[in-house]
Amino acid sequence: MTAAQAPAPEPLASIATRIRAHVVDMCAGPEGGHLGGAFSCVEVLTALYFSVLKVDPQRPDDPARDRFLLSKGHAAQALYATLAERGFFPVEELAGYGRPGSRLMGHPVRAVPGVELPTGSLGHGLALACGFALATRYAGGDSRSFVLLGDGELQEGSVWEAAIAAASLGLDRLVAVVDRNGLQLTGSTERIAPMEPLAERWRGFGWAVRDVDGHDASALADHLAAAPWEPGRPSVLIARTVKGHGLPFLAGRTASHYVTLSERNHARAIRALRATDAAS
Amino acid sequence: MTTYPIAPDALTKPHLEPIRFGFGRGLLAAGELDERVVALCADLTESTRMHLFRDRFPERFVGVGVAEQNLVTVAAGMAHAGMIPFTSSYAAFSPGRNWEQIKTTAALNDQPVVVVGSHAGVNVGYDGATHQMLEDIAIMRVLPNMRVIVPGDSLEAERATRALAADPAPSYLRLARDKTPIFSTPDSPFEIGRAYLLADGRDVSLIATGTMTYHALVAADALSRKGISAEVVHVPTIKPLDSATILSSLRRTGRAVTIEEAQVAGGLGGAICELTAAEHPVPVLRLGMRDRYGESGGSTELLEKFRLTGTQIAEDVDRLIQG
Repeated sequence: MTAAQAPAPEPLASIATRIRAHVVDMCAGPEGGHLGGAFSCVEVLTALYFSVLKVDPQRPDDPARDRFLLSKGHAAQALYATLAERGFFPVEELAGYGRPGSRLMGHPVRAVPGVELPTGSLGHGLALACGFALATRYAGGDSRSFVLLGDGELQEGSVWEAAIAAASLGLDRLVAVVDRNGLQLTGSTERIAPMEPLAERWRGFGWAVRDVDGHDASALADHLAAAPWEPGRPSVLIARTVKGHGLPFLAGRTASHYVTLSERNHARAIRALRATDAAS
Repeated sequence: MTTYPIAPDALTKPHLEPIRFGFGRGLLAAGELDERVVALCADLTESTRMHLFRDRFPERFVGVGVAEQNLVTVAAGMAHAGMIPFTSSYAAFSPGRNWEQIKTTAALNDQPVVVVGSHAGVNVGYDGATHQMLEDIAIMRVLPNMRVIVPGDSLEAERATRALAADPAPSYLRLARDKTPIFSTPDSPFEIGRAYLLADGRDVSLIATGTMTYHALVAADALSRKGISAEVVHVPTIKPLDSATILSSLRRTGRAVTIEEAQVAGGLGGAICELTAAEHPVPVLRLGMRDRYGESGGSTELLEKFRLTGTQIAEDVDRLIQG
C-alpha cells in the first residue's frame, strides 16, 4: 500500500516559494526556460505533491499510486523542482537542467523519477489520463488520475475528444486542472482563440467544474482532495492564475513565456521571491 | 526447399474470406487467454470485427466515438498502466490521422499498443480515395520501436493477432476489407519478424506482402508455364524485416520484384531497396501504387487498373526478364 502523504510540516506557500527559486535558478542557465507557465502552476503542483497525491518517492512505480501528468510539458522546470523537493531525486540535480547528458530535459521524459510519460506535445495528457483512469477501473482500487492542462493547450482538438470520452465513460476518478493564466506564446488566449465562458464549456461536455484562485495552494488542495465532486462525472478545476506570478517585472506579461534571466534579473527575481516569502 | 504449407486448392479454387475476419477471431482468442487484453474502437466495431471481442468481454471494450486521436492516446495510457490494448479503425484514420499520437504516446514510450488499421489498400470497394490508405506502411515503418505486420490472408491475420497479444510491443496490424483468397493453412507458421519462402525459383524473387502474396503465387505459376522460375517470398512482417531470408533468396535469383497494395515509396518496395542497396545490390522492380492516389471501383477492377493481378504481375516480370 502506498502511504498517504503526511501533512507538510511547513506551509504550502513557502514550499511554493522554494520551487519558484529553483525555477529562477534554472532560467538563469544558458538555455533559460518557460518561466511564465512554470510559475503560474507552482501552487497547483505544490498542492498536488505536498497534500493530495498518494505517491511514494521511494517507490515511484507503486501500482496503487495516484498518477499525475503535466500535460503542459513546457512547464517542466516547475515539475522538476517539485519532484526534487518532494524527494524523487536530489535537489542538486536541478543544477544540471538542460545540460547534455542530463535527464532533466526541456520537456519531461520517463527517465526522471516521478514522470509517468513524456509530455510537451500538447493535447495528449487528458487522453493519457483517461487511459490511466480506465486501467484503474479494470484493476479496482481507489487511486485517482490527475492531469494539468495549459489554457492555450485547450485549443488542441484532441483535448475535447478526450473530454467527450471521459464524460461518456463516467471516469470520476479523473481530475483535470486547467492553468488558466490567459496567455499563450504569442499573446492573450482570448484574443487568439476565445474560450470563455470556459466553465460552461466544460459543463456542457459533462464535467463537474469548479473555479479557484490558482495561487491559493490550500484552496487548491481542498478542492482536489474532495474530487470527485459529482458521482459519475470527471472533475475539472479551473485555476485562475497569472503567468509569471511572483515576479513583478514579468507577471502577467506575454514576454514571461520563455525567459533567459541575466545575472541582474536573476538577482532581482530572487529578491522578489524573498520579499514574497517574508510577507506571507 | 520450401516447407511452408499452402492450401491445396489455393490457385485453382481458393476459399475466400476478408483478412479482417481473422483479426476478429484472433482478438477473441487473445482475450480468452489474457485478461490484460482490452479493445478500443472508433465507432467501426463491426467493420473491424472487434464486435466479437466486445460481445464476449463488454467490460474490456471501450468505444471512444469517432475520435482517432483519442483512440490511440487513451490506449497508450492504459498500456502504461499494465493493459494490452488493441485499437481499431480504418487505416485511413488510424494511423492516417493520429500518427503523431502514435509516435509520441505509444512508440516513443515503447507502450504495447497495437494499432489495427482495417480497410487498407485500394481494396475498399466504392469508398474511393479518401478511404484508401496507401501510405500506412511507409509512415509506420519509419517509427522506432514500431513493428509493422501485414497478414496475407485471414488465417494469417488470426495467427498474427494472437502473436501480437502474446508479445506486447508497439505494433501496427494492417487489414483489408474485401474477401481475398486464403493461401495458407491452419498449420502454416507465423512468427513476428519472419518472412516465408512459398515457392522455390532461380530467375527472380517475387517479394510480396498482404493481399499481394496470393497474386505473387498466381504470377509464379503463370511464369513457370513460360519457362521462368520465380521464387515467392511472403513478407508478413515488414518491420523488423527478415533480411536473412530475403537476401538468401536474392543471392539465388539476382532479381527482386516487390509487390504490395500500397505506395511503393517507403513501403515494402522502399524497404527492399534500402536492404539491397546496403547489403546486396540487385535490380528491383517495385509493383504497387506509384505516387498516385486511389479511386472508386470494385476491388478486382481497381487491382486490374493498377496492374496488381497475378496475370499482370507475370506480364511485367516477363518483360523485366526478357529485358
